[in-house]
Formats: sequence, structure tokens, C-alpha cells
Amino acid sequence: MYEIVAFYLFSALTIGLFLVTVMSKNILYAMTSLAAAMVLISGFFFMLGADFLGVVQLIVYVGAIMALYSFAMMFFDATRDIKEKNTSNALVFLLGGLSALVLVLMFAAPIMSDNLNTANMLINGMSYSEFIDGNISKYAQYALDNGIQASVEGIGNAQSVGVILFTKYLVPFEVAAVMLLVAMIAGIILAGKKMDNSLTKDASIDDEILVVKDEK
Amino acid sequence: MIGLSHYLIVSAIIFSIGLVGVLRRRNLLMLFFATEVMLNAVNIAFAAISHYYNDLTGQMFAFFIIAIAASEVAVGLGILIVLFKKHGSLDLDDLASMRG
Repeated sequence: MYEIVAFYLFSALTIGLFLVTVMSKNILYAMTSLAAAMVLISGFFFMLGADFLGVVQLIVYVGAIMALYSFAMMFFDATRDIKEKNTSNALVFLLGGLSALVLVLMFAAPIMSDNLNTANMLINGMSYSEFIDGNISKYAQYALDNGIQASVEGIGNAQSVGVILFTKYLVPFEVAAVMLLVAMIAGIILAGKKMDNSLTKDASIDDEILVVKDEK
Repeated sequence: MIGLSHYLIVSAIIFSIGLVGVLRRRNLLMLFFATEVMLNAVNIAFAAISHYYNDLTGQMFAFFIIAIAASEVAVGLGILIVLFKKHGSLDLDDLASMRG
């Protein structure tokens, strides 16, 4: 019961806040609603039993990425409304229709292949629910064989995530660490150019001193 | 009872919202916000599949997606700041300089 209420509440709020993000003309409104929607998405993760992922979502997305955006706001004119002139409606409709078609095909293709498999199973004398149960338990058996179950009795989510992250996914983890280092250096170099001459301190004073020194 | 398809439908709706944002936005910062929306939709789908198939691989993918999103934002915002210093605006129409 609580799960149903929480699911519909979270999904309605998330979709509404993301719509504000996409449709709003004010950068500050868009950023604030994006941050709020990310907090609610971490609620989805907690509901799904992915505790560690929810905490990471809160710390990295809401804490780090949104803080980075709000620091970047210092460089942009955030209070002014954005004027966007949209191109011809025909092009927008064409692009929208095409991407909707691609999306439907992407989502429908696995369902279609599943239906074909199910038809084969039904021909071989197996009921639909048996097929679905067998399918899910097949994957669960695969997870059990490889030691990657999501929930085990007596072991918390964070613990099993840690064990798998540092055994099966050790190399991708290290590569991600190197990638974050590269991104950090790139961000510092790109944004930090000419950071040494301050924006608040009057630069002309220094120039005058230099000029006086030169004259001497 | 909430099943896997509920979560996948919510994820698809959020992904479509992000796609609409990418298609209709002309401001580069707003395009970044729309890509964040799409990344979050994919993360929801991964976590839901991971829960219903009792398989941690989905959560691992979501972690790496979050790491990639963080580095993307760091580099992208640096480029945006350089662009803003150079052109004084973040509108894609102002930045288009290769018109034939």
C-alpha cells in the first residue's frame, strides 16, 4: 500500500518537475526544479532496495553536480529570461515524429521477440505464467552462479555493492577514477584561464604601480 | 502491486521529456539540463531491472553512468564558460558560425 502511494507520488512529482526543467524560460527555475527532481529520484532508488545508489545519487547529483551548476551561474546572466526563437513548426513535427517512431521501435522490439519466444513455448505446451516465472528464475540462477544477487539474507546492499565493485568491476572502477581525474584537470584548465587577475579587485591600481615603477 | 513495467513506463516518460528538451532547446545550458534528465531516466530503468531480476549489474551500470555524468558536467561547464567569455551568449543560433 505504502509502496503504491509512494510510487505514484514520486512519479507524478518527478515528471512535473522535469517538465518545468524542460519548459521553463528562467535558468534558475530550471536548475532548482532539476535538483528537486533528482532528490525524488533517489526516493525511487530507496524504494527499489538500491540504498547505496540512492545515497550516491544524493551526494553526487544533488550535492556535487547541482553545486557545480550553481557555481557556473556566477559566469552567466542567470536572472534574464532566455529568448529562444524556434525554427519552423514543420521541422519540429518531422523531428518529433521520427524520434517517436524510433523510440516505439526500440521499446517494441524486445517485446515482440519475447512474444515470439512465448508463442514457441506455448506451442511446446507451457503456460504463460510458467514461462515468465522460468524466465525470471533463469536470470536469478545466473545472478546466483556469478555471485551478483541484488539482495541476500543478512547482507546489506552497500556491503554487496562494495564486494562486487572491488572484485568483478575493479578495472572499470579504476578507469572511471582516471576519467574523473582527467575531467577535473580539464575543468580547472578550461574554467580557470585568467583566474589570476581578480574580477573584484580593481586591476587599474596594479597597473598604476607598474607604470610608476617603469617611469622610475 | 508495482511491477517492473510501472518503473519502465515512468522511465520512458522521463526519457521522452528529456528528448523533447534536447530537440526544442536553443540554449546550451538548458541542453545540458535536458541531458541530465535523460541520464536520470536511464538510471531509474537500470535500478528497477536490477531489483526485479535480483541482479546487481544494473546498479553497477548506474554507478558508472553517474561517474560519467559528473565528468561530463565538469568538462562541459568549463567549455560553456569559455564560450560565454568569447561570445557573450549561450544561444546556439549565435554560436553557429559555419553557415554556408
